[in-house]
This record gives sequence, C-alpha cells and structure tokens, in this order.
Amino acid sequence: MEFGLKQLVFYVFALLTVGSAVIVVTIRNIVYAAFSLMMTLFSVAGLYVFLQADFLAATQVVVYVGGILVLILFGVMMTSGRLDMKLKMERGQLFWGGLVSLLIFILLLSVITNTPQWKNVDEGASLEPTTHQIGEMIMRQEFLLPFEVTSILLLVALIGAALISRKEVREE
Amino acid sequence: MDLPLHVLIISSLIKILFAVALLLIGVMAMILAERKVSGWIQDRHGPNRVGPWGLLQPLADGIKFLMKEDLIPTHVDRAIYVIAPAIILVPALVTCAVVPFGSSITIAGHEIPLQISDINIGILYILAITSLGVYGVVLGAWASNNKYSFLGGLRSTAQMISYELPLGLSIIGVLMLSGSLSLRQIAIQQGQGPQPWNWNIFIHFPAFLIFTTSAFAETNRLPFDLAEAEQELIGGYHTEYSSMKFAMYFMAEYMHMIVGSAVAVTLFLGGWHFFGLEKVGGPFWSGLISFGIFFLKTALFLFGFIWVRWTLPRFRYDQLMNLGWKLLLPVALTTIVVTATVWAFTQSTVLVGVLNVVAAFIVGGVLATALVMRREPEPVDDRGVLSFMEESSSYKEEKHGN
Repeated sequence: MEFGLKQLVFYVFALLTVGSAVIVVTIRNIVYAAFSLMMTLFSVAGLYVFLQADFLAATQVVVYVGGILVLILFGVMMTSGRLDMKLKMERGQLFWGGLVSLLIFILLLSVITNTPQWKNVDEGASLEPTTHQIGEMIMRQEFLLPFEVTSILLLVALIGAALISRKEVREE
Repeated sequence: MDLPLHVLIISSLIKILFAVALLLIGVMAMILAERKVSGWIQDRHGPNRVGPWGLLQPLADGIKFLMKEDLIPTHVDRAIYVIAPAIILVPALVTCAVVPFGSSITIAGHEIPLQISDINIGILYILAITSLGVYGVVLGAWASNNKYSFLGGLRSTAQMISYELPLGLSIIGVLMLSGSLSLRQIAIQQGQGPQPWNWNIFIHFPAFLIFTTSAFAETNRLPFDLAEAEQELIGGYHTEYSSMKFAMYFMAEYMHMIVGSAVAVTLFLGGWHFFGLEKVGGPFWSGLISFGIFFLKTALFLFGFIWVRWTLPRFRYDQLMNLGWKLLLPVALTTIVVTATVWAFTQSTVLVGVLNVVAAFIVGGVLATALVMRREPEPVDDRGVLSFMEESSSYKEEKHGN
C-alpha cells in the first residue's frame, strides 16, 4: 500500500484521536480534560468523514461535541469552577485498567478481522450521500421497530429525569 | 461537479477568499449600521465625525482595538484564555462554506456554482458547527477566573443549549417537504412553482418565527443578551478581555448574525430567487444578479436584527427559559406533526401552510395564556418601600380612613 495523501489524512486524524484521548485520562486539570475530549470526539467525526459516512460525522458533532460535552462542561463549571482544582490520579488502577483496555482491544480486533463482509469493501466505491439510505432504513425498512423502541426508551428516560429533578412541593 | 480539477481548485480558492472578505467587510458594515440605525431610532445622528457620514468609523474602531494594550490578567488560565477568542471565530467562518450565495456563474465556458461547497448534509453541518460556538464563550468565561465572566458563561451555555432545540426542530418541517439536507437543493426548490408563495416562509410561517427567535438567542442578541448584560454582569463572558481579543468576540457575534441571516434567507426567504429576476441576462449576468438578490435579502434580515435590538427590552432569565422550553419547543413540535400529517395525506403546500399557522396559533395561544395566567409563587417579603409604608401606622390610618 503506497503512502499517499489519503493515508496522511487518516494518520493525522488517528493521531489526534488517540493523542487527545491519552491527554483526557492523564491530565489533572478537569477543564483541560474536557477540552481534550472535545478534540477526541471531533477527530472521530473527522474519521467518519474520511470513511464517507457524512451523516454519521455530522450527528457525532451535534450529539457529542455540541450536546453531551457541553453538558459535562456545564456540570464541571457549576460544581467546581475553580482554576486550582486538581484531579486526584489513582495510579493503582493502571494495571487493571490497562488489562481491561487490552482485552477490549483484542476483542475488537478479532471482530474486525473475522467479519467476512468487511474484507472486500470496494475502496472509494460509494461516494453517494448516505442520508437517503439511512432514512429509508430507519423509517421504512427493517430498522423501523428498533428505532421506535429506542425513541420510547429515550422518552422514558426524559420523563424520569424531569420527575427526579422536580422540586418537591410540600403541603403545609 | 464536472469541472476540470484546476478550475475547481482555482474557483474554490477565489470563492473562499471572496466569502471570508465579504464576511469581514460585512462585520465592519454591520458595526457602522448598528450605530447609525440606533442613532435614528433614538432620534440622534450616530457617528458622523470620522469620514463622510461616519463611513470610516469601523476602520477607526478597528485601529483603536489593534493599538490598545493587550492585557492578560495574572489570575487567568493563560492557555485557554488565549485560545478561546480564536475558538469562537471558527464556527462563524466555517459555516459560510455551505451557504449558497447565488445560483451559478459561467466564466470561460465553465459553470461555477456560487457556493464554496455543496455538501449533502448542509443543514446538519451548520447545526453541528454552530453548536461549537458555545465553547468559545464557556472556555473564555472559565479561563477568565472572574465571577461576572463565569456567570455570563453559565447563562450563555444554558441559553444556547435551550435554543438549539427549537432551532433544529423548526428546520425539520422544511426538510420534510424539500426531501434534501442540501442548502442548494432547498433554495432551488423555492424558486420553482408560483412566486413568492413557494418560499418556505409562507409554507412554514411558524417555523420561520421560531427559527428567527432562536437565531437571536443563539447569537446572544438583545432581547436575549443575558450572557453579556452590561447592567448585570459588567460585561459578561468577555469582561476580562481587552484589545484585539475582545474585538474577536465582538466580530464573532456579528459574523454569527450574518451567517445566521444568510441561512435564514436560504431556508425560508427563497434564497437567491426573486420573481424570476435571477434568470434575467446571460449565464454570466444572471449569476451576479442572483448574488445581488441574495445579498439584499440578507441585508434586510440583518436590518431586522438591529431594529429588534433597539426596540425590545431584555428578557428576564426565567422568561427566557420559559419562552424557549414551554412555548417555542412545543410549537415547533406541533408544526412538525402538522406538516408531516398534512403532507402525507394531501401533498398540498397550501394546506400545509394554512394548517401550520392555525395549529401553531392554537397551541401557542393556549401555552402563552397558561404561562401568563400561571399563579406566580408568593414573593418573599423584600422589605421594599411599599411594605415599609404598609407597616407604618400613619399610612395604615390614611388607608383605612378612606
């Protein structure tokens, strides 16, 4: 495999993803960690674009970078808000954490190498937009039921969260 | 895109330069326009000392910002403090890549679309990138290590998260009828059929109102400028910023407004179409005319931004949240349901347009009434002048005497 522009782009994004992820788990300043997590999630979106999954990439940014991470940052700022707050690093978990990560990595690697239809992916074949296909799949074809079930699950979670966070009104 | 590669690269570069230059000049024009229009609204002249009619005022402002001392307070988190103003400029500059600012122009036999990149997920891209705008505010506010900045940042985050939802939901009706996420396709479709009744503003009028309101909130403009309310927070999230760093926050706000207006024009006001005027002239001139139409529409929308700012007072924070969550969000959901149902059964844009307004009016009316009529919680005795007077005996006697 020759090392062209494509490979360069891929490795830049891969390096950004892994590098910023390492910073997330090692840095002691919590806001720096959150900022670094933003880089990670953003680079993953870049990898999706590289795989021509345009819809997935945009959704990744909308949901994770624009939604969840802002909420995390919001929570961090609400609770600590101090510049001098440092995270306590537990060195004891390094071994077990590393072991679990390694096992997950081996599992994923074996899934990737053993899945037959991923071996003969036609490189650069489908440049057409994925939005139409995704819409058809979710709203018309085989994924309609899982989609609706997921939406009900989310609705239940939403109602639960609203119920828990409500202020209790005491009758006096 | 069947342009030869070298034409594609050169035309793209020119378009990028053009769009960024236009955005920067637009910011300068907006700064002057804001001051002039506010002057007219308040019955005064506005800037008129620098250059004829105050035309060089933005230039003077820019030079002033550049020449000022660039202060970095000692108690800030340096790295993030420096990087935050840059972060807030990125979304504003990047979103203009997918906005179609005209039909297409034919130069030397090549038909060049007047848009930097027509990607298939245009709208999603814009929603994704604009959601990054909050980072510049939050990180800047946090790094400043100042209570006022911090409060401004918190307000801004809550506000932006809240109004992203109605903003996104208001677009869904438009997407359902156009069947495409590409901004270019949406604009082209509005140019077909009877003009101007095929513009999305007539088909999705409630959605347009929700989109505009949310755009005001997302750009931190009055009446939703709680994140930088001078009277309450000194300056808000940019209190600690000075010189060019402050100018970057300032510019980003105007850039967001310009891009927001351009997107609103593309989505709802028919893009570059205006009663067939965009087809007048040859393949070269029609492109320029279509750009002119788009430009004027955007300018008109921006004037609306300024007009509203100098007309409406600021919302209270709970009012802001109530408006977003209890009024705009349900109405946006209603318009989605109505649009989907009517379109599925009748395929008639007229019916969609009419029923959307009726449904939004009913739901919005009921919700607004409920919000207004809701029993306010009993206020804590605030020991104000009135309660003091109430307690003083002379006032009591006088009152009972009548």
